[in-house]
Amino acid sequence: MSTEMRVHLRRWLSFFAMAALIAIMTGPSGSNNAPVQGLTQSFAQPYSYFGLFRAQRWMIFFTFALVALGLQTLWRRSGGGVRARTAVLRQGFEAPGRRRATVLSAVVVVALVALFIPHLISNPGIQSGIVEQVLAYVILALGLNVVVGWAGLLDLGYVGFYAIGAYVTAWMTGRLPIAAPFHHPVSSFAAIPVAIVFTMLAGVILGAPTLRLRGDYLAIVTLGFGEIILVFSNNLTNVTGGSQGTNPYIPSFTFRIGGLKYLFGNVGYYFLVAGFVVVTIVLFRLLEHSRVGRAWTAIREDEVAAESIGINPLKYKVMAFAIGASVSGFAGAVTASQIGVVYPSTFSLYFSVNVLTLVIFGGMGSIVGVIFGSILVQGIAVYLRFYPPSGYQASDLYMYLGALLIMMMIYRPAGLIPSRRRRREIYQAEDGIGHEGDVLLGEQS
Amino acid sequence: MSDLVFDVKNITLRFGGVVSLNDVTMEHRRGEILAVIGPNGAGKTSLFNSLTGVYRPQEGTITLNAREGHPISVIGRGAYRIASAGVARTFQASRMFSALTTFENVKIGAESHKGLGAVGAMVRGPATRRGERESDQKTFELLEFVGLKDQANTLSASLSYGARRRLEIARGLATNPVALLLDEPAAGTNPAEKLELANLIRRVRDELGVTILLIEHDMKLVMSVAERLYVLNFGSVIATGSPAEIRSNQAVIDAYLGSSETQTSEAS
Amino acid sequence: MSASIISFWSTHFALLKSEFWYLVVSGITTGFLYGMVAVGYTMVYGILRLINFAHSEIFMTGAFAGYFLMRRFVGNNTPSGAQSILLIVGGIAVGALASSLMAAFVLERVAYRPLRKRKAPPLAYLISAIGASYFLQNLAGKEFGRNPIAMPQPYGNANVFTVFGSPFNQYDLLVVVAGILSLVALDIIVSRTKLGRSLRAVAQDTETASLMGVDIDKTIMLTFLIGGAMAGAAGFLWGLNSNVGSTMGFVPGIKAFTSAVLGGIGNLRGAMLGGMILGMVENLAEPFVTSAYIDVVAFVILVGLLMFRPTGILGERLGRVA
Ligand SMILES: Nc1ncnc2c1ncn2[C@@H]1O[C@H](COP(=O)(O)OP(=O)(O)O)[C@@H](O)[C@H]1O
Ligand SMILES: [Mg+2]
Repeated sequence: MSTEMRVHLRRWLSFFAMAALIAIMTGPSGSNNAPVQGLTQSFAQPYSYFGLFRAQRWMIFFTFALVALGLQTLWRRSGGGVRARTAVLRQGFEAPGRRRATVLSAVVVVALVALFIPHLISNPGIQSGIVEQVLAYVILALGLNVVVGWAGLLDLGYVGFYAIGAYVTAWMTGRLPIAAPFHHPVSSFAAIPVAIVFTMLAGVILGAPTLRLRGDYLAIVTLGFGEIILVFSNNLTNVTGGSQGTNPYIPSFTFRIGGLKYLFGNVGYYFLVAGFVVVTIVLFRLLEHSRVGRAWTAIREDEVAAESIGINPLKYKVMAFAIGASVSGFAGAVTASQIGVVYPSTFSLYFSVNVLTLVIFGGMGSIVGVIFGSILVQGIAVYLRFYPPSGYQASDLYMYLGALLIMMMIYRPAGLIPSRRRRREIYQAEDGIGHEGDVLLGEQS
Repeated sequence: MSDLVFDVKNITLRFGGVVSLNDVTMEHRRGEILAVIGPNGAGKTSLFNSLTGVYRPQEGTITLNAREGHPISVIGRGAYRIASAGVARTFQASRMFSALTTFENVKIGAESHKGLGAVGAMVRGPATRRGERESDQKTFELLEFVGLKDQANTLSASLSYGARRRLEIARGLATNPVALLLDEPAAGTNPAEKLELANLIRRVRDELGVTILLIEHDMKLVMSVAERLYVLNFGSVIATGSPAEIRSNQAVIDAYLGSSETQTSEAS
Repeated sequence: MSASIISFWSTHFALLKSEFWYLVVSGITTGFLYGMVAVGYTMVYGILRLINFAHSEIFMTGAFAGYFLMRRFVGNNTPSGAQSILLIVGGIAVGALASSLMAAFVLERVAYRPLRKRKAPPLAYLISAIGASYFLQNLAGKEFGRNPIAMPQPYGNANVFTVFGSPFNQYDLLVVVAGILSLVALDIIVSRTKLGRSLRAVAQDTETASLMGVDIDKTIMLTFLIGGAMAGAAGFLWGLNSNVGSTMGFVPGIKAFTSAVLGGIGNLRGAMLGGMILGMVENLAEPFVTSAYIDVVAFVILVGLLMFRPTGILGERLGRVA
């Protein structure tokens, strides 16, 4: 077989393999009793796509593969021309002056849509789903972005701080088996600052000894921390309430002004948490363009050079870690009061990987990217949760997130809307520019 | 005695079986331009790294007397602490923050001595803003000083070799150093740039009063700039003195000068 | 006060004493299984400087492959004699085969090779590895159900002999024999054969190895094949004694990684030794620690090691030191 034929065969095979994989991923599930059923039915089952056509699934995906192959061939032949013609357009959007305008107009659109969402969606389940699965995750992702995107540290124990924040809230409001501090339960709103302080301290305590470690070791140590927290929250039943969760309900936020009392419902929470998102964005934008943000960049790019101008890398890493931790704890506190119960089952590694996926997908280090990425991915997650297509199970989400992580690393490591600094770093690192450092994506072996 | 910025006594540095520095003693006087020369692998960079806290010699003492009357011991202190104490340096293979612009590179140096400031950054009060303005001002002045003002907004990765060297010097100067350590600053630059560099080094000392320690291969440059020299060979100091004395020292000629002439001609 | 502490410890020590040999036996079997998985982590780390996060799903793949074989050929029967031996050997072989193919032709090709060709930095691999782990774990969950499944037993698991009154069963014998055979075979391959030489060359310095004519791609593929096969065999053996399920790899995976670090990551014999030590420690800790916290013991060992002695017991032979 000639090499050319082999290349062609490879290409065809990979397209059909991809189509088959997508067929399986979107197909019906198997079960313990009929483990092969899911696989077979992914191909041999009548299937209609948006009610448009009806055929056996394999025919549809076979056709998809052929169409995709054709498109790729076309793109290879004439894609250069298209790209050249659209380059002007793209550069127009990305030119320093315009980029700002583009981002600004996108922000305005998002803000307007966000303002009307509670009126467009009246289903209370979905409303609260948006708060706890979209807005809270935007905050979480922004916090993890400080650690991963700016300080260049891979933190897989992010969920641990979220758990601590949630349990501190339950504790402060007197919902744990142990008594509230000074036997005096406070409102869940008053618990927030305490949760922030506790998680920040936890971040410093965990970070100070571990942040000297090499990047991959740090990832594993933080993972271990997250798992230890999970084990304790499941088993320290007389402190945390164990796997049954906390009891009774943690009160929602309430405000009393004079005789008036406002209890935050779904819409109330929506706007409150959206407000928190805006505050977080503003604070972190200032942080990014401050000397702290520049110091993080310096450490990420070349730790030795950074030290040579008097920057103490450990101090800045601990700071990033503690900021990330406190944001996670803050989100934990807010969602604890919104959901009302703290369940250990939430606090698995899945949670940390989920937030990590948002940061990677949106673009490490890019606030705009992380926000859009989170809204997109988590929005789809909420949609799938409330309108599951046939064959979709809730946990399938993680399968898609895993695939997303791989695809981002292969095709777009800097993310959907990359930060300019980060994009330069990544491509420079791949071209062998820059120096080895303890850097997330700028490190070279 | 207090006119010494670095007082190095009998340091020995080993890596496994390799002895990089062997019982080196060196005095670096305040305000002078001192050069360290020696063939490749003689231990010059190792000496620099020992002086800046990157390496820890197993034996001997290094006393840094940056701010007069406050001597500190270098060995055992982290590199960032030596830098904060007033020692700036450049690297043999230049190390910039290559995804940042020239301006940003220098600004990081200018503000690295101001505490942590995360809260300040997020609140952005008047003090923070004043600090920013000061750093910007200083950065501009330094870029002007080293002649990089026109390239302030260029990505540092796309600067020429000579410009990168000057950028590193500016970044080091931005930290308000007492001493500036230059590791082969002329490597990879052309003759015109070498001349400029020699001028720049003199101006750094004369106008800013910064003490200079220079490692250099290019004998012409060293002999024209340095006021005193140490010659290293196989980790040991084999000679010390003024350029004229070194030029006529037989041990140096045997160990170094012969081979160095061929080296420089190969390099250029 | 002190009396109660003494009585507390004395009951626990009494428990340890009465169960000592039982715990030692299960420590040995767990240790062999950890060791078999750990060599996969260590080999990949030695060559690619990558913590192969998806190795736990390679382990799970082998368990499922063996499970399907048992399901097909055991069903509701209880085979014995030669039939048992055939089935068990078959299960190990199928598990090893499925896992090695998965590791070398799916995982490495899809998740790592494109990054390697692009010279992506190490933590990009780690992120890709995490993605692969989650993908495989949940794909298996979707197709085969998310609850643990009991493996049909191909043998009676009768008692073989007793050590100081505690039983040493067929399962224990099986694991010990399989463990010793595979680990010895691996050691011979790596230290004696041409393949082993190229493996070590690549681990020490990829570029130089490539200049010396070692085929890097092939060597990496073989690494994944071998590491995968060991993990797959271990997965089947693990499933035989507990359950099979999509998330079964996570905890043993972390433990095996801990073993690899314990022995000095990149160091093959270290990984085997580390597995044995961790298996023993975990089992002997059982009388003192509530079973739920046994995993915490391993995590604490892992965290402590990484912080205070990242080079492990035998030293990080192939890796660089932080
Ligand atoms: N980090 C290190 N590890 C091992 N050996 C080193 C290290 N740094 C320097 N050396 C050794 O020390 C000797 C002197 O090197 P160096 O100081 O770089 O010489 P020079 O700068 O004069 O060319 C060399 O033999 C080199 O191999
Ligand atoms: Mg040198």
